[in-house]
Amino acid sequence: MSSFNDGAGWDGPAIFVEDVHKSFGKVQALSGIDLVVERGKVLGLLGPNGAGKTTAVKILTTLIKPDRGRALVEGRDVLRSPAAVRDIIGLAGQSAAIQEELTGRENLEIMGRLYHLDPDTRRRRSNELLEQFDLLDAADRPTKGYSGGMQRRLDLALSLVSLPRVLFLDEPTTGLDPRSRLGMWEVIRELVSIGTTLLLTTQYLEEADELADEIVVIDHGKVIAAGTALELKNRVGGDVVQFEVVEKSRIGEAAEAVRSLSESDLATDGESGQVSLRVGKNGSQALVETVRRLDALGIQTEGLAVRRPSLDDVFLSLTGHGAEEPEASSSSSRRRAGKRH
Amino acid sequence: MTVTNTQTLVALDLPNPSRSSRLKLGLSDTVTLTLRDLRVWVRNPAFIFFTIIQPVMFVLLFRYVFGGAIQVKVPGGYVSFLMPGIIAQSAAFASFGTAIALARQLQKGVIDRFRAMPMARSAVLLGRLVGDAIRLLVTVLVILGVGYLVGFRFSNGFLPAILMLILGVVFGVTICTVSAFVGLAIKDEESVGSFGLVWLFPLTFVSAAFVPVQSMPGWLQAFANNQPVTIVIDEMRSLALGGPLTLHAWQSGVWLAGIIAVFVPLAVRAYRKAT
Repeated sequence: MSSFNDGAGWDGPAIFVEDVHKSFGKVQALSGIDLVVERGKVLGLLGPNGAGKTTAVKILTTLIKPDRGRALVEGRDVLRSPAAVRDIIGLAGQSAAIQEELTGRENLEIMGRLYHLDPDTRRRRSNELLEQFDLLDAADRPTKGYSGGMQRRLDLALSLVSLPRVLFLDEPTTGLDPRSRLGMWEVIRELVSIGTTLLLTTQYLEEADELADEIVVIDHGKVIAAGTALELKNRVGGDVVQFEVVEKSRIGEAAEAVRSLSESDLATDGESGQVSLRVGKNGSQALVETVRRLDALGIQTEGLAVRRPSLDDVFLSLTGHGAEEPEASSSSSRRRAGKRH
Repeated sequence: MTVTNTQTLVALDLPNPSRSSRLKLGLSDTVTLTLRDLRVWVRNPAFIFFTIIQPVMFVLLFRYVFGGAIQVKVPGGYVSFLMPGIIAQSAAFASFGTAIALARQLQKGVIDRFRAMPMARSAVLLGRLVGDAIRLLVTVLVILGVGYLVGFRFSNGFLPAILMLILGVVFGVTICTVSAFVGLAIKDEESVGSFGLVWLFPLTFVSAAFVPVQSMPGWLQAFANNQPVTIVIDEMRSLALGGPLTLHAWQSGVWLAGIIAVFVPLAVRAYRKAT
């Protein structure tokens, strides 16, 4: 296939990023990030829109050059040996890079040609992938008629034609319905089970929790936390009591009533009427106390529960804002302030 | 993070591919992408409309609707005058497709995917232009076929006729390089379409394509007479119908070479920077 694929002499990590900076004009997209991904592991790169996730992927896939710092993929420097990097990586992007007029099989075959596989290997690989991704029945239909989930699966299959050692998935399930998302997760787990190193960017905390061995959280171009999902959750520590205020105008009142139960700042969302507070180890006692205080004020609630912290809580505690709505906490506190007389 | 002993991580020293192997791969990748491009073309009804039906409609429209009112002094009358003009105009308009296709591929992320693969980076642009040349040849042959049905005849011999055909295609590909740059620089499919109208309409209609330039007001003649579309069309007319060749020949050559020399590097640069 390719003359670079022997990988001789490299026993370091599959991905190694050291102090990488990148700016576009005045916008500092990455201000010194470090990443290490061991072979066969899955790194979840997590952060809100514009945090620098896509920029990091573009640097590692040789699409853009870092301004400063080092980035190695299987020991190949993205600046000095970009061609050798391209030989061993696969990339599947946010939107399907498939040609709609062509069939699934044709799309795969053309990829095979562009990877310079011989005709036999090309055919065999296309069939394998169509089968693996449950696309055999639709293989000879134009991809225009594929569902969103099928298109995304084909898109992923296209990135695997050359059996890449390191795979980059940039928000692979953004915009998919929940069922297709579960389907994609299953496919990705299979890939990982055969030893592919995977770097996955996502806005969905749940997705990183499901798939990643290690999670790196970035915000404003900087790594703000790293570790396993469990480690990150433990770092936040403690149980979370959560409820929704039925009469949304009373959310501020409810928050004040339970504030003293919280170990740190509590979060409110004016839109959904949701209040959540971290209560430390004594979850059930805090729950009882919450019911008592709200009841005394005659505030009705829904979905009152105590739960283990999710990655959402982690994100909130790290950045001071939620993962998907960067301004949720500040706007709700403004709203709260406005309601007070 | 567990970043330890980073000093020991020395990158592998791997050579980048040699020039000759790059050239070989570039050629094979260009062929792959050209074939992909043409396959997409024949499957998409809209593309067929723009490359075949629309030019045929223009031939019939000018031949039978406007043609009667336009006085020309060439052997064979208006239909002979019209044919080179229609070919040049259709070739120029075909470049819309180039701009829109490249902008769309950029927007969708197709070009990023290609650039992250071990394929020749030049193949995306080259494949598109080679595909354009083949499409243009088909369009020109269709127009000539319809032209023959409605009374057009070459009256200057076989070789000049072939040369006219080649000039028409080369002119079209030249305009496609401008469009390639426009598509890659603007990046947005819809803006690219509107911008195409802004420069392609005046360039093709304020020319000798459909009417003699002498029928225009003086200030417009100054532009129409000296712009490349008129110069190429005059040359094509001379080749098809006979007439003074030498002056237009080198002027056409200089214009086309000049446009290519400016816009190919610009398109390549826009392609490199686009991501």
